[in-house]
Amino acid sequence: MSLDDFVVRALLGGIGVAILCAPLGCLVVWQRMAYFGAALSHAALLGVVLGLFFHLNLQLAILLVSLAVSMLLALTRKRGLLSSDTVLGILAHGSLALGLVLLSILPGVRLDLLAYLFGDILAITRVDILWIYLGGLGAYLALAKIWRPLLSLIIQRDLALVDGVNERRTRAVFLLLLSLVVAVSMQVVGILLIVSLLIIPAASARYFARSPEVMAALATLFGMLAVSGGLGMSLLLDTPTGPSMVVVGAALFALVAAVASLRRL
Amino acid sequence: MNEPHPQTNFARGAVLLSLEKIHFARAGKIILQDINLSVCAGEIVTLIGPNGAGKSSVVKIALNLCTPNRGLVQRRAGLRIGYVPQKMELEQTLPLTVQRFLKLTPRHPPASLELELEHALAQAGAHQLRDAALHTLSGGEMRRVLLARALLHHPDLLIMDEPSAGMDINGQAELYRLLQTIREQRRCGILLVSHDLYMVMAATDRVFCLNRHLCCSGPPQDVRQHPEFVALFGQRTAAELAIYHHHHDHEHGLHGDIQPSPPGNPPHEAEPRGV
Repeated sequence: MSLDDFVVRALLGGIGVAILCAPLGCLVVWQRMAYFGAALSHAALLGVVLGLFFHLNLQLAILLVSLAVSMLLALTRKRGLLSSDTVLGILAHGSLALGLVLLSILPGVRLDLLAYLFGDILAITRVDILWIYLGGLGAYLALAKIWRPLLSLIIQRDLALVDGVNERRTRAVFLLLLSLVVAVSMQVVGILLIVSLLIIPAASARYFARSPEVMAALATLFGMLAVSGGLGMSLLLDTPTGPSMVVVGAALFALVAAVASLRRL
Repeated sequence: MNEPHPQTNFARGAVLLSLEKIHFARAGKIILQDINLSVCAGEIVTLIGPNGAGKSSVVKIALNLCTPNRGLVQRRAGLRIGYVPQKMELEQTLPLTVQRFLKLTPRHPPASLELELEHALAQAGAHQLRDAALHTLSGGEMRRVLLARALLHHPDLLIMDEPSAGMDINGQAELYRLLQTIREQRRCGILLVSHDLYMVMAATDRVFCLNRHLCCSGPPQDVRQHPEFVALFGQRTAAELAIYHHHHDHEHGLHGDIQPSPPGNPPHEAEPRGV
C-alpha cells in the first residue's frame, strides 16, 4: 500500500474531509443552516465553470463564488420581504442553473459534469490531498479562534454581545470556513451531497453527546466511518463512491436513532 | 426573614449608568422620547410600564445593543454589566450542561473559576443544577442559572429583564430578598424591568414609570401617588399598593407564610395578588 494506490489516496482524502466537515457540520446543525450549506454547494458549480473559463485554481474559484453568495445572502437577509429559505432557494438553484448554462455556452470549458455533481474521489490526486490537509489545518486553527464566541452567539445572542463578542467577525470567519469546506469536499462527494457530509455525522453524534466538543468529536468518528464504509462498499459492490458514503452515513444515523429511541422506551 | 426594607439601609453610591434625553425611533415609529434615567452603585432601580411602553428598548440601549437616535448614554469607565435576559430560546441540537454554559463566559481567570462557579451557583440557588442539561431546565431554573452566569462576571451593574415573570408571590418575595442580599454583599447597582407592581414597590429604591416617555420617577411611595402613575395603572391598583405598603411591617416566614403582626398594627387584610 502506498500513496500510489488509488484506494489509499481515496481513503486519506475522504477521512481528511470527514475530519474537516464534522465540527463545521455541528455548527451548521446548531444554527439550522443546512439549507444555507446546500445553497453554497450548489453555487460551487458556478465556481467550477468560472474557474475553468478564467483558468483559475478551481478551489479558489469555488471559494470566491461561495463568498459572493454568502455576502448576497447576508445583504438580502437584513431587509427582506421574503423569508431566508426562499432567498436561499433562489440563490441555490439560480446559481446551479447559471453554472449549467454557462457550461454549455462558454468556449473552451469542458468538464465531466457527473464527477462534479456526485464526486469522483477515486480520481483524487496527491495535490488534492495536500489541499484538503493544509486547508483543513488552517480551518481548524481559525475554528479554534471562533469556537467559543460562535457558541455564545448561538446560545444567546444578546448575552454574547453584552460580553463583547464581535459578531460580524465571528460569523464572517464561519462563512469563510464553510465555503472552504465546500471547496475541498466537492471532489469527495460532489456538489449535491456535500451537505450530507456536514449534517449526517453531526445528527448521529447528537444522540450521545453531553457537550458541544464531544458532539464534534463523535461527529468526526461517524464521518470517518461513513467515508471508509462507503469506500469499501463501492469497491465491493462497484457502486458510485460518493453516494455510497452518504448511504453508509445515513444508515448509521438510522441505526443510532433507532437505538436511541428504543432506549428511551 | 424580614420583608426587604430598602429605604432603611440604602446609601446611594457613584453613578454607574445614566441615560440623558434619549430619543429612539424605529421604522418611523417613536419608541422612546426624552428619557432620563440613572442607576447608582448599591441601588435597586425598577422600570415599570405597560406592554409596548418601550421597557425592552431602554434595556437594549443600556446594554449598548441598540443606539438611540438622540441623547447621551454614559457608563462608568470599565463598567462590568451582568445581564439576565427574560428567557432563552435554546437550540435542542446543541448539547450543553449548566456548568459548561457558565464556563463559556470569556475573560475569566481559569485558576479561580471552579470556586467562583460554585459560589455564583450557590448564591443564585442553582447549585443542584450544575450538571443538568440546559434544555431540561424550567423557566425558573433557567433564570437562576442566568443570574449565576451574570454574578460570575462580578458585575458592577446587574440588569434583569422581567426576573419574576411566571413566579408565584412566594417566588417573587424570595427573588427580591435575594436581590437585596446581592446588592448588599456586592455593592452593585441593579436595574430591573418588571410587571409586578406589588413586589417592585416593596423592594425598590427608585421607580421609573415608562410609557414611551417618562411618566414619573422617584421613590416608590412618591411614584405611587403620582397622577400619571394612577392614570396608567388605574385608581384601584394605586389604592391596593397603598394597602400593601401599609401592611408591610408584618413578618413573613421563609416560605411566605405570615407571622403574627406586632401589636399596634392593624389586622391583616386580603393579601394582594400579583398582576
